[in-house]
Amino acid sequence: MAEESEEMDKLRKIREGDVRTASRLIRNLEDDLPEAKSAIKRIFALTGRAHVIGITGSPGAGKSTLVDALISSFRKKEKTVGVLAVDPTSPFTGGAILGDRIRMQRHAEDPGVFVRSLATRGALGGLSKAVGDAVHVLDVMGKEIIMVETVGTGQQEVEIINHSHTVVVVLVPGMGDEIQAIKAGIMEIADIFVINKADRDGATQLYSELTAMLNMVPEFTGGWRPPIIRIGNVFDSGPFGESMEELAAAIAEHYRRLVEKDLLGDRIRRKTLVEINEALRDAILEPILKDLTESGEMDRIAGRLLRKESDPYTIAEEVARRCLK
Amino acid sequence: MAERKIRIMVAKPGLDGHDRGARVLARCFRDAGFEVIYTGCHQSPEQIAAAAIQEDVDLVGLSCLSGAHRTLFPRVVELLKEQGAGDIAVIGGGIIPDQDFPLLYDAGIMAIFTPGATLDSIVDWVRTNVKPRR
Ligand code: B12
Ligand SMILES: Nc1nc2c(ncn2[C@@H]2O[C@H](COP(=O)(O)OP(=O)(O)OP(=O)(O)O)[C@@H](O)[C@H]2O)c(=O)[nH]1
Ligand SMILES: [Mg+2]
Repeated sequence: MAEESEEMDKLRKIREGDVRTASRLIRNLEDDLPEAKSAIKRIFALTGRAHVIGITGSPGAGKSTLVDALISSFRKKEKTVGVLAVDPTSPFTGGAILGDRIRMQRHAEDPGVFVRSLATRGALGGLSKAVGDAVHVLDVMGKEIIMVETVGTGQQEVEIINHSHTVVVVLVPGMGDEIQAIKAGIMEIADIFVINKADRDGATQLYSELTAMLNMVPEFTGGWRPPIIRIGNVFDSGPFGESMEELAAAIAEHYRRLVEKDLLGDRIRRKTLVEINEALRDAILEPILKDLTESGEMDRIAGRLLRKESDPYTIAEEVARRCLK
Repeated sequence: MAERKIRIMVAKPGLDGHDRGARVLARCFRDAGFEVIYTGCHQSPEQIAAAAIQEDVDLVGLSCLSGAHRTLFPRVVELLKEQGAGDIAVIGGGIIPDQDFPLLYDAGIMAIFTPGATLDSIVDWVRTNVKPRR
């Protein structure tokens, strides 16, 4: 009973925006503690108020710098902001250097801004497994805008689409055959394109290639054609300062469009489907695997497969018949 | 259940631009399997304390080679305490004369490492003294 009220107390603190409690919950989610899951059960009904913006693009494209500039822009409009910045875990040591925050440190003391770094810990989609729940936590804290920065991505890391309402894809000129690289996957998920470091050679070419590619798309969902915003140098306050405002306006406009055209529901649905998928995996598959491993059955299965006495499908069906009654 | 990861913030307070040591340390902590948040140079104690709380780190490592450690290091500890985060351990390193050690220890700095300290000795200290908190 005491535990119960302690937990309620923590949740109340999170709803009041308490950074320490929220950050600890995110930590517990990353470490996959059972108590963290039970906290999510309690707050889930309160989620869904924030506008979640995904920022993705190749390594070093300027994602963090852009997030930093966007924080300033949203703060000017008196919006509260939460940021989840994901950097890769070393597959060799399990450690990670989380460096996105360096670019955002000037906001550290602003109580309206909460920046939290996350390591991928082996997740492959460009995010961390905890990111979905961490978004819920920031949402319940009352952050109106939540930005999620992915790791530097190639073509495959498109998980961000499952976790955000608006996806900003950041490109830079002069990184080889850009368009070729993005066509494969990242391209399809963009709601807004940013050509960053547009003061560099190749920016005009990138812009026209991108435009040409968009021209070939027969129809855009909800009639939204992703705008292309060129940002020369986010550190300049001059003409490029304006393009930051253009980006912020495009983000706001995209969200308005989602709400207006009743498309927000689709995006949220996408996330809930991923969530239930993962939750089922945790609830069903994990215990079965654990059981098989601990009882030594997994070794016996491996032996049967090695001796070709059975095949993976037959064994999976056997296990399913036994375990899923 | 996954393992409990140790999270460490490496920060450079003040105007000191000597960041080589801090970077070496960040890499060494990563290689030891820790998650490291590096704040970059020119941080005020206020920024460091706020970031440490937002990141829920177990340990803050301050690096200073300019001589300003006498005021900056204690201030970080003080701010963490004020904000209910006195349980976050703080250590320091850089160019720190022996005679300043007592002052820093009294202020709550748990350990000090100066040039020549091996990376192994630093990682060992962390493994022995820092346990991820619940
Ligand atoms: C390289 C160097 C520079 C480089 C810095 C490059 C860079 N980006 O880091 C450059 C040339 C830019 C530079 C400039 C200056 N430097 Co200089 N520099 C050095 C030098 C030779 C080596 C420092 C170094 O990188 N060491 C290698 C790293 C790995 O070691 P480390 O940082 O000491 O870290 C080790 C330990 O101290 C400890 N540690 C350090 N931090 C932390 C933190 C934690 C949490 C832990 C656990 C451990 C730990 O662990 C590490 C491993 O053992 C030192 C002399 C020396 N021998 O230390 C002078 C020195 C630091 N510099 C000095 C000075 C005066 C300057 C300048 C002011 C010179 C000038 N007049 O222009 C400028 C100021 C720069 C600035 N903006 O702040 C003085 C400082 C004097 C003082 N504090 O009283 C020194 C001591 C030289 C001297 N003997 O006079 N410098
Ligand atoms: N010229 C120019 N440089 C920029 C701009 N934005 C960022 N940079 C620089 O590009 C480098 C990388 O910037 P980050 O913001 O860290 O890039 P990132 O995409 O977050 O990098 P990762 O998170 O490591 O993938 C830094 O050195 C920035 O200073 C820009 O608009 N113009
Ligand atoms: Mg980044």
